[in-house]
Amino acid sequence: MKIAYFPGCCYETSAREYDVSTRAVCRHLGIELVEPPDWNCCGSTPAHSTDRLLALAMAARNLAQVEEMGLAEVTASCALCYQRLALTQAELAENGELLAEVNRLTGRPYRATVKVRPVLDIIAGLGEEEFRSRVVRPLNGFKIAAYYGCLLVRPSKTKVDDPENPQMMDRVLRLAGAETVDWTHKTECCGASLAISNEEVVVRMVARIIKAAALAGADCIATACAMCHFNLDIRQEKVSRLLGKKYSLPVFYFTQLLGLAMGLNPKEVCVHTHFVDARPLVKKII
Amino acid sequence: MQQAIALPGGSARFCAEVEEISGQDVRRCYQCGKCTAGCPLAFTMDLAPNQVMRMVQLGMENEVLNSQAVWLCAYCLTCTVRCPRQISVGDVMDGLRILARQKGILGSGRGRRVALFNESFLASVKRLGRLYEFGAMLLYNLKSGRLFQNADVGLKMFLRGKLKLGTTRVKKIAEMRNIFKQRLPAVRQEREGVRR
Ligand code: SF4
Ligand code: SF4
Repeated sequence: MKIAYFPGCCYETSAREYDVSTRAVCRHLGIELVEPPDWNCCGSTPAHSTDRLLALAMAARNLAQVEEMGLAEVTASCALCYQRLALTQAELAENGELLAEVNRLTGRPYRATVKVRPVLDIIAGLGEEEFRSRVVRPLNGFKIAAYYGCLLVRPSKTKVDDPENPQMMDRVLRLAGAETVDWTHKTECCGASLAISNEEVVVRMVARIIKAAALAGADCIATACAMCHFNLDIRQEKVSRLLGKKYSLPVFYFTQLLGLAMGLNPKEVCVHTHFVDARPLVKKII
Repeated sequence: MQQAIALPGGSARFCAEVEEISGQDVRRCYQCGKCTAGCPLAFTMDLAPNQVMRMVQLGMENEVLNSQAVWLCAYCLTCTVRCPRQISVGDVMDGLRILARQKGILGSGRGRRVALFNESFLASVKRLGRLYEFGAMLLYNLKSGRLFQNADVGLKMFLRGKLKLGTTRVKKIAEMRNIFKQRLPAVRQEREGVRR
């Protein structure tokens, strides 16, 4: 399977573990990921909060490159990139006038043929048998709170699973041998888009999520979004100070956990660069 | 309604403007409060989401566009998927941000910081075609007049090799600049001038 891959601006920095582990797992599964040659920022929250056509054009310039590459599908690891690309695709596919206007802005004639899928959806779509046969190092003893955040499950036009109680990530993690917990904050917003401007607000939002995961008995959190991951991982010291109780739940990308289960070594999926040290937990299975 | 208020003139005009830009039928809102009940940021907003909806219906343009709430909304869309009247409240909020910016209103306090962050982010992307996190953070610190905020976060990132000090630029940067030039002709100065 060959599919275009949109790494997103943070792939070398705050979201490095996601990019590294996504590429490693896909390589292992025989999924060939190809970067569009001259991709640009998806526009993120600041673009759509500022001007609708600016946001659409930024995303469309990337989608047009996928068409130029002759590929039918593009995937993004970051859930924010996914949502921007998918929403743009949905809007352009149903509105010819808008498409023409956007094409005029980008100067790249796009025909709105590309399908946008998050990495989670692609991996979850592999099929149970195929999946089981790949698991050589089951995640025995891992009790995971699968955290979906906002962008994969809302709005309904682009959601890949139920907005209140999604199961897609739980399912793949269970197939990989882990236990996943039922908990209250699976799709509660972590506030990442306000992290730079209003950290004190965001610490309170992250605190609720971390506390809920701990209350459910989880020993770690799995995410599928670069923004969520960074936010939940880096702010736990501040959460501990706010709540007057020490919290240090390792936060993984689901791709890192799957990579470990499929026998990749920890360095290959980059578990050594987290803010909350994840290595003691990983030692359980290695 | 718990309060008696004098309605500003032209209330229908503002409501229509918001409906046009957001693509949402604001007048359908019947004030059940469900959007506010599930809003993860309601605790820090000066106006709750359902109040924003009502005030748009009533044409209270100044109060709404100058609120912090429209900027504190994270576009999480919890309200959108739950509204029993099928209104995307998140898109109404997004439309209000666009309108506020068009009118040169950046709000105050926490809300203002979000608006300034958005500008810093876009300035970085306009220059390089991609976000340069470190540059955007520095620019934001300058704009907001809080030079050392987030320094602890930056240091932590640096120590984990997650802060890149060099930039990567889109090859055909002219294409990106062209999009920006057409859609954001020179970032508008605020009406009241620069304020901290
Ligand atoms: S949930 Fe919908 S109908 Fe209810 S108050 Fe909010 S916008 Fe109005
Ligand atoms: S989209 Fe905005 S208003 Fe709606 S629930 Fe999320 S933060 Fe609140």
